[in-house]
Amino acid sequence: MLKLIGILIVVIGFILKLDTIAVVVVAGVVTGLVGGLSFNEILTVLGDSFVTNRYMSVFLITLPVIAILENNGLKERAVNLIGNVKAATTGKILAIYMAIRTVASALSLRLGGHVQFIRPLINPMAVGAAEAKYEEVDEEEEERIKGLSAAVENYGNFYGQNVFIASGGVLLIVGTLQELGYNVTPLDVSKGALPIAIIAVIVVSFQFFIFDGRIKSKRNLK
Amino acid sequence: MTVGVGAPFVLSQGANPAIIGALAMTAGYCGTLLTPMAANFNIVPAAILEMKDEYGVIKTQIPVALTMFVIHIIVALLLAF
Repeated sequence: MLKLIGILIVVIGFILKLDTIAVVVVAGVVTGLVGGLSFNEILTVLGDSFVTNRYMSVFLITLPVIAILENNGLKERAVNLIGNVKAATTGKILAIYMAIRTVASALSLRLGGHVQFIRPLINPMAVGAAEAKYEEVDEEEEERIKGLSAAVENYGNFYGQNVFIASGGVLLIVGTLQELGYNVTPLDVSKGALPIAIIAVIVVSFQFFIFDGRIKSKRNLK
Repeated sequence: MTVGVGAPFVLSQGANPAIIGALAMTAGYCGTLLTPMAANFNIVPAAILEMKDEYGVIKTQIPVALTMFVIHIIVALLLAF
């Protein structure tokens, strides 16, 4: 039972809000000592685990690159791309954003998210396109457009993110499979995620064009 | 999930683990699109966009989530074996 003292240390450490890494390392070392390992053996185990799992921190390299891109107007560029669409309809705008968002996800670039991109930019553009074409958009349609604007952010985010080799999801998959004895590389997993990302862009675009068709036929029937 | 279900039932049949791993993750995301528990993605945006229906985002996502889910099964059968 004494061997479980590591759990106790972790619990107490977190309750007292002590430094997380210090708590975990102390718990590990104490567990090793109590379990009869010499200090040298404990260090060997720590070192081996670090080496096997350090690919998890690969994503850190991408952060400076992402920051540079974001600082140099990545968001504005995306907005420009969408705004330049001729004869924009709501569906077209959302479909283009879906493509942009998926590619951004695959490259681990952040465009903003619901609060900073969808609400201030994408949703107004989508509603604006409908208003420009049909002059008036009733409440139900506006609610639908809002739903689609939020949805497109989720679609692009979810289906695109595992195409990025150093994404958290990919690294988790690699780690789990390796523990089970299957030797996979992050590249293999990303390649596996690619077909779904492409299919998602197509399927989602269908949803948008169907919506376009609906508002159009609603107007034609009036 | 992978340890408890994927490995013994699917990978043991000779499926390509990298592809199954990737597909399993995105298939899980199909579910994420449907649950209010993924509040950051489904409930918060509805509030931010001031939608009348707090589940509006989820309802919008239902057709795509279900379609993508079926597609996942097909793609898995085609690409992983």
